[in-house]
Amino acid sequence: MIEAKGVVKSFGSRTILRGIDLRVETGETLVIIGGSGCGKSTFLKCVIGLHAPTSGTVAVDGIEVAKLQDEHDIADYRRRFGYLFQEGALFDSMTVAENIVFGLKYLTDIPRSKYRSIASECLALVGLKDVEDFKPSELSGGMKKRVALARSIAARPSYILYDEPTTGLDPIMSDVINDLILDLQKQLKITSIVVTHDMKAAYKVAGRIAMFHEGRVLQIGSPDEIRRSSDPRVRQFVDGSSQGPIKMKLKEFDAEGSQAHLASGGKS
Amino acid sequence: MIESALASFGGGLLALAEETGQFILLSRSTLRWLVRGRIEWRQTLIQMSRIGVDSLPVTAMTSFFTGMVLALQTGATSKHFFNTPLFVGTVVAFSIVMELGPVMTAIVVAGRAGAAIAAELGTMKVTEQIDALYTLGTDPVRYLVIPRLLAFLVVLPLLTVISDFTGILGGLFVSQVKYDIPAIVYWHDIVDNMEVRHFVHGFLKTFVFAWTVAMVSNYKGVSTRGGAEGVGRSTTAAVVVSMTLVLVLDYFATALLNAAGIT
Ligand SMILES: Nc1ncnc2c1ncn2[C@@H]1O[C@H](COP(=O)(O)OP(=O)(O)OP(=O)(O)O)[C@@H](O)[C@H]1O
Ligand SMILES: [Mg+2]
Repeated sequence: MIEAKGVVKSFGSRTILRGIDLRVETGETLVIIGGSGCGKSTFLKCVIGLHAPTSGTVAVDGIEVAKLQDEHDIADYRRRFGYLFQEGALFDSMTVAENIVFGLKYLTDIPRSKYRSIASECLALVGLKDVEDFKPSELSGGMKKRVALARSIAARPSYILYDEPTTGLDPIMSDVINDLILDLQKQLKITSIVVTHDMKAAYKVAGRIAMFHEGRVLQIGSPDEIRRSSDPRVRQFVDGSSQGPIKMKLKEFDAEGSQAHLASGGKS
Repeated sequence: MIESALASFGGGLLALAEETGQFILLSRSTLRWLVRGRIEWRQTLIQMSRIGVDSLPVTAMTSFFTGMVLALQTGATSKHFFNTPLFVGTVVAFSIVMELGPVMTAIVVAGRAGAAIAAELGTMKVTEQIDALYTLGTDPVRYLVIPRLLAFLVVLPLLTVISDFTGILGGLFVSQVKYDIPAIVYWHDIVDNMEVRHFVHGFLKTFVFAWTVAMVSNYKGVSTRGGAEGVGRSTTAAVVVSMTLVLVLDYFATALLNAAGIT
């Protein structure tokens, strides 16, 4: 179980998260949606302990990573997680297979002789084959994303944090990944948080959906509750409309100025 | 005017203090992992061969020319005073083995391998590969910093010994070609006057330099911020700071060794 209480995160004078309260039950998949730059990735990093919250607490099975001192305890904590980075974060000095099995040495006691077949199995799960010996620089954006996903599930973690698992994938491949996320949850009872902008994916994989807005949880509920939300901001987001309370605010500051700028032919 | 100058000076001091603090934290965690002794030997070997192969040609070449110019100057000066070039081998060998070999090698390796480390680790940092190491159950200090540090501690002294040799050979070359000093005289000038402790003096200093260059480059790499531009900044800073520190620490290390009688 992941429990966040009043998580605040600031970078310098900018406060990104303004008090997030969330609970993800064991075996549940929570989807986080919200505008670009509202702090979704930042929240995932607070959960795994890459960022320490400025205030508030995140506890996983009752353990607060920010309170851990010893490197061993921190490593033990992180051991439970698989983490899919938004940009993949593949090691570009290693081949695809080496990337995927990298964590096995530290996280499991699987013998080295099995590594190759595990790499191929994980690649097959994300719909890739015969790319084991490629370097990340030789892959397309979507392939990188899937290799990164394969790497985050290779050590069979009990928690997986996915940062935009389907961004940059074609619709069919997106659905394959959605099925994979569902399978992992159903068969292995994995607890996960999925950050996504893809509402179709969100409705499909979510147990519950939480919408972040201005550093807080605006609404949290089942996919149906979110779909039928009466909050105009949530409505606007899930419908993907530029008209509504959220963009209105942006317009006042930003879009209007740049539209005037465009209208004047770029001369200012 | 004055106020803003003071403010930026104060800001600079604060930033320096913060960086020093971070550097000390990294050094402490490095020592802790070293004591724990769980070392990534494979990575260490890879780094050793990389640093060695990268830096060997350029260190050999710079030290050969350093030896050459030392011989040229010594010959010219002693010719001026005594009408004949004297003690060329002695001056070349002492200068190289005690000072120029260790210092120049450290500086050249800082520019070659130190910069490469800062750029590589900096890129890993800004593309979140260092964060990824954490999530895959290992520690960047253990996996990245320690192997590079150990590689430096092994390879820099070796490179220094090689560059001591090539420097002395460079001196021999100029002595023979320019001043017609027989090789036997050149070697006698060296072996008659030099003792093992002179070599030890220079050799011990290389470990200080290796530690300094490796840790500064590692630190600059893993503390990189701000995309490709940040990587460029870290790389430059790594080289400038390591070179400066090598020259500054050389003075103190020499003073210390002299006090201990290793001169
Ligand atoms: N290390 C950092 N230092 C300073 N500011 C940061 C840092 N990381 C993130 N931010 C800021 O925090 C805000 C939220 O970033 P975050 O990456 O969490 O957004 P996001 O919700 O994941 O957006 P997206 O949907 O575009 O991925 C951004 O405005 C960003 O500028
Ligand atoms: Mg993000």
